[in-house]
Amino acid sequence: MLSRRDFLKSMGATAALGTVPGFANAAGNGARGHVVVIGGGYGGATAAKYLRMWSQGSVEVTLIERNASFVSCPISNLVIGGLKQIEDITVSYANLQSKWGVKLVTDEVTAIDADKRTVTTAKNGSIAYDRLVMSPGISFIPGAIEGLDGNEELVPHAWKAGPQTALLRKRLEDMPDGGVFAMHIPRAPFRCPPGPYERACLVANYLRQSKPKSKVLVLDANGEIQSKKGLFTKAFEGYGELLEYVPNSTLRAVDARTRTAELEFDTIEADVLNVLPPMRAGEIAIQAGLPLINDRWVDVDWLTLEAKGVAGVHVLGDALFPAPAMPKSGHMANQHGKLAAAAILNLLQGMAPNPTPVVMNTCYSFVDGKNVIHVASVHQFDAASGKPMPVDGAGGLSPSANELEAKAALAWAKNIWADMLA
Amino acid sequence: MNLRNAIVVVGLAGVALSAQAQDPNLARNLAATCANCHGTNGNSLGGMETLAGESQKKLLQKLDDFRTGEKPATIMHQIVKGYTPEQLDLITAWFAAQEAEGDEQDAE
Repeated sequence: MLSRRDFLKSMGATAALGTVPGFANAAGNGARGHVVVIGGGYGGATAAKYLRMWSQGSVEVTLIERNASFVSCPISNLVIGGLKQIEDITVSYANLQSKWGVKLVTDEVTAIDADKRTVTTAKNGSIAYDRLVMSPGISFIPGAIEGLDGNEELVPHAWKAGPQTALLRKRLEDMPDGGVFAMHIPRAPFRCPPGPYERACLVANYLRQSKPKSKVLVLDANGEIQSKKGLFTKAFEGYGELLEYVPNSTLRAVDARTRTAELEFDTIEADVLNVLPPMRAGEIAIQAGLPLINDRWVDVDWLTLEAKGVAGVHVLGDALFPAPAMPKSGHMANQHGKLAAAAILNLLQGMAPNPTPVVMNTCYSFVDGKNVIHVASVHQFDAASGKPMPVDGAGGLSPSANELEAKAALAWAKNIWADMLA
Repeated sequence: MNLRNAIVVVGLAGVALSAQAQDPNLARNLAATCANCHGTNGNSLGGMETLAGESQKKLLQKLDDFRTGEKPATIMHQIVKGYTPEQLDLITAWFAAQEAEGDEQDAE
């Protein structure tokens, strides 16, 4: 096994103090140590950058990510709807290394030893840490829907952006006019509460223009639309008979080969079947034995985002059991990344974490190629409950879908991708 | 109605400022909650206003105008109500002290 000192030495000159362009005087902020970050999504990439930036380079950071570049889930529905290309939502990790001195390791983590403070990787052996950040995203619960496991090529989820996004787009392009696009939404909580409804709109938008005899069937296991309900209801109405929303539609099984969905009281044959399976925390969080609530989501201390009872392991993003009214969103994961980075830098200096952290969320959804709706919230830490609580009277929704917010949505994407990765 | 009174009226039940010692990096941490949209350290890449290097007075005035509805907004009138006056003071002072990078950060 590589010792921590050897490992840091092996990181080479780019990460050495004083040679990173961002830090004019590389005295650092007094925090010392090596933080390993697992997962370079909205949470992990943000944590990695902010740990380097806020420590002025005095804390070493290694980011372990399995993919060679970042592909964004937010905006990916525009790729599925044919309004953007996959390249438009793909961002390089290169700046994290060249500008911020984050050591990038493109690899898969196979095990975590929280007692010895090491992570084991598939190709790069064992890596020691002083503090670990896990931003593992979500995984799909195996066996939850009969016939689905292992068939994601035939029945794409496209709920992790990348090849699945391109695949679902391809399926839509290949679908004949008059075909049925059926999508299934699992019972909440799931990643990105408004995302499925945005997808339904953007698929309908594409079909209305290109294959108007087709149909979008939204099979929702929930009793109602889970986010921006009034606004999405209105958007759905705008698509008329092209889009049908069916609540209380629990999917029991699929026949992947024939793209047949077996619901509790109905069977549907689709030309394109898009199933969002029931979700839980990312595989590595489950495998590492982190404390889970409802067997699904990681239980954390909200001042540090440390997993309850697992010293030194901070967990971010969609994998968390959410605080009240806190969505599983990329924006929120970015905010978690900053909260954890600040807490870790304090802890590495023997200081208490910030006792009054704040996180906030904004989420934009396209209802067609031009019009967007948002939901926003601000969450202040409440000492009595030990949780961030949404501030009454703050946040809210768009009054109606509008073109101004389409510009805001794309500017949001540009700026948050830079906030994580540039 | 000034900013402070407006906040009292809106009410922030349950988020009264803690009597505990304030974190030495509280202003930095709070300002970072704005960076998702307004860019790291308040340097926007476009489409959102750059906050870095703006005068604190101007920033506070804008926030107050968002809160009262004086300045129309798509979303900021909702977000500003989530922060206390003390937090907005810290955030705006912090952005005022940052250097704006480059020339092309103005809102489009």
